[in-house]
Amino acid sequence: MFADYSMPELMSIFAMQGFAGLSLFSIFVLMALGLAIIFGQMGVINMAHGEFMILGAYTTYLTAGLFENVMPGLYGIYFFVAMFLAFIASALLGMLVEWLMIRHLYHRPLDTLLATWGLSLILQQAYRSIFGAREVGVSLPDWMMGSIAVTDLVEIPINGLIVMVVTLVIATLVYLLMFRSGWGRQVRAVVQNRPMAEAVGIDTGKVDRITFALGCGIAGVAGAAFTMIGSTGPTSGQLYIVDTFLVVVFGGAQSLLGTIASAFTISQAQSTMEFFLSGSMAKVLTLLVVVGILMLRPQGLFALKVRR
Amino acid sequence: MKTTPSASSLMSRENLYFLVLAALLLLVFPVLLDAFRLNLVGKYLTYAFVAVGLVLCWGKGGILSLGQGVFFGLGGYCMAMFLKLEASSPEATASQSTPGIPDFMDWNQVTELPWFWQPFHSFSFTLIAVVMVPVILALIIGVAMFKRRVGGVYFAIITQAIAAILTILIIGQQGFTGGANGITDLRTLMGWDIRGNEAKTVLYFVTAGLLLACVLLARHVLGSKLGRILVAMRDQEDRVRFSGYDVASFKVFVFCLAAALSGIGGALFTLQVGFMSPSFVGIVPSIEMVIFCAVGGRHSLLGAVYGALLVNAAKTGFSESFPELWLYAMGALFIAVVLAFPNGIAGLYQRYLMPLEKKILGGLGKAARTPSTAPARQMEETP
Repeated sequence: MFADYSMPELMSIFAMQGFAGLSLFSIFVLMALGLAIIFGQMGVINMAHGEFMILGAYTTYLTAGLFENVMPGLYGIYFFVAMFLAFIASALLGMLVEWLMIRHLYHRPLDTLLATWGLSLILQQAYRSIFGAREVGVSLPDWMMGSIAVTDLVEIPINGLIVMVVTLVIATLVYLLMFRSGWGRQVRAVVQNRPMAEAVGIDTGKVDRITFALGCGIAGVAGAAFTMIGSTGPTSGQLYIVDTFLVVVFGGAQSLLGTIASAFTISQAQSTMEFFLSGSMAKVLTLLVVVGILMLRPQGLFALKVRR
Repeated sequence: MKTTPSASSLMSRENLYFLVLAALLLLVFPVLLDAFRLNLVGKYLTYAFVAVGLVLCWGKGGILSLGQGVFFGLGGYCMAMFLKLEASSPEATASQSTPGIPDFMDWNQVTELPWFWQPFHSFSFTLIAVVMVPVILALIIGVAMFKRRVGGVYFAIITQAIAAILTILIIGQQGFTGGANGITDLRTLMGWDIRGNEAKTVLYFVTAGLLLACVLLARHVLGSKLGRILVAMRDQEDRVRFSGYDVASFKVFVFCLAAALSGIGGALFTLQVGFMSPSFVGIVPSIEMVIFCAVGGRHSLLGAVYGALLVNAAKTGFSESFPELWLYAMGALFIAVVLAFPNGIAGLYQRYLMPLEKKILGGLGKAARTPSTAPARQMEETP
């Protein structure tokens, strides 16, 4: 399949597809970071994670509409406001869901899966009733359009670049929060030994709620970033949920670094193969390889070496 | 005499419930429903095969598979391939550029029947494949996962990924599988037209009979020592392992059995509905199948059958009259089943109706000994 292309062409194909893969990578990382916190740290399977992401995307869409109509002069910076609002909206919904539903189910992980699936159906239908079944998109401000030409053949779109920067910033923040703050220490303590954490005076119920809300909030930011590279429909979230779970499991559920590494591997493999094979075959091959590796190495790429 | 009757009456009560279901399926539905509705019920019953399989592997074995649609679909596709080959004889497809191959292959410029379609000319091979293809896939997945002690949540996620892979594969390989439309326009089975009302009624009875047989088989498995090991494994896996049992092999067995049941259900689905498409394979139908089982009661074989019937009847009813509300209702059902009544209809029955029934049966027992039968009769009429 490589024979039809000359060497420099091949190089630039790899560079372009590599960059397209990086946009996919950014979405995967943002989705998976939230899921890694909720699933990896709390053991809750949130099948409605994609819908939390879409909530962020719709929030961004509404914010863009607001800026366009009320203060067109400031349209250039709407994205940053939208990102913040998306985080707040998804985190608040997450907090509510945790309080109403999840906290009753911590000892039954498989049942959280069914209950959150039900939640995702309800949210999907709610989006359909409110925003309509058609996909909506936002128009990018001028400075985010266009692309930077690196060589004659390689061009890098600016919106993709911004999404990537956002991903980097969020990933760094999550790392600092989880591993360099007192609150992160509390979360990790609750994960490792709940009764003991309670005994030293940590309010585990509160930690759970905020952890869940944080994970959902990050999904909201992922949704905001998602609007930059695609349009949003009521069922867009469901398309990503299986991939995201695979990313988290493949990376080793407890490891944030593993999540990022596996998101990188999966997205790059998929987008490079997409150029040479049909899109569906690329996806099938990627998923098959991931499932195959997981069957041989169930603990994922980066396993925490702790005694249980 | 006073110590033993609990066990023996429980057995007879189980038999009674089974007879009630059999009477409902074989007598009440065929008498009360017209051909169209009866065919719908027949379609729901094919899902009940999957739900019974899920009771075995999820309710009793503790293995939640989110990929039962894969096995349902594989069974269905095996049957559909046989029927499609019969429907595309060289005479019937003479107008195609390559006569004798299914029409969708011709549209996709495939000129030769692919190798994996060849054996499906034979009906006996198809019947074996309907069971064996799902079982072999389940065996591969099961051995790979359970021998490495992967279970619970991880197993659920990986089976879900497999459902996604198979769906994408079927849709992507349009020339070989019929793509998103699936395999349609199936006409005859060994020369017997399956589209008429009469044929559909016959197929309904075949489905109901096979389902009852499968329930009996599942009951036999659960009643044996193997069934008790399954339950023990679900509750205390390590203790069973330390007692010297090979936990993984039991899990593989029950997962394969559930896959076989799903495959049979899928094949009967194809026969009754007349087509098979990837929309019965993927993630969404697979999770819906789990909810049939959860609504009926994940520990009860008969409950699973009722669950499949009720949820599907509700789905048809809602989507006929309020399509908007269906997803809300379905979502609420998921949440309610998990939060409020995790043991489903069977659990509700045991909690609220069983005491009443005991009273009646107890009353009858007394009535046999004492002359006054009036109060017992009154009670019998109230529910």
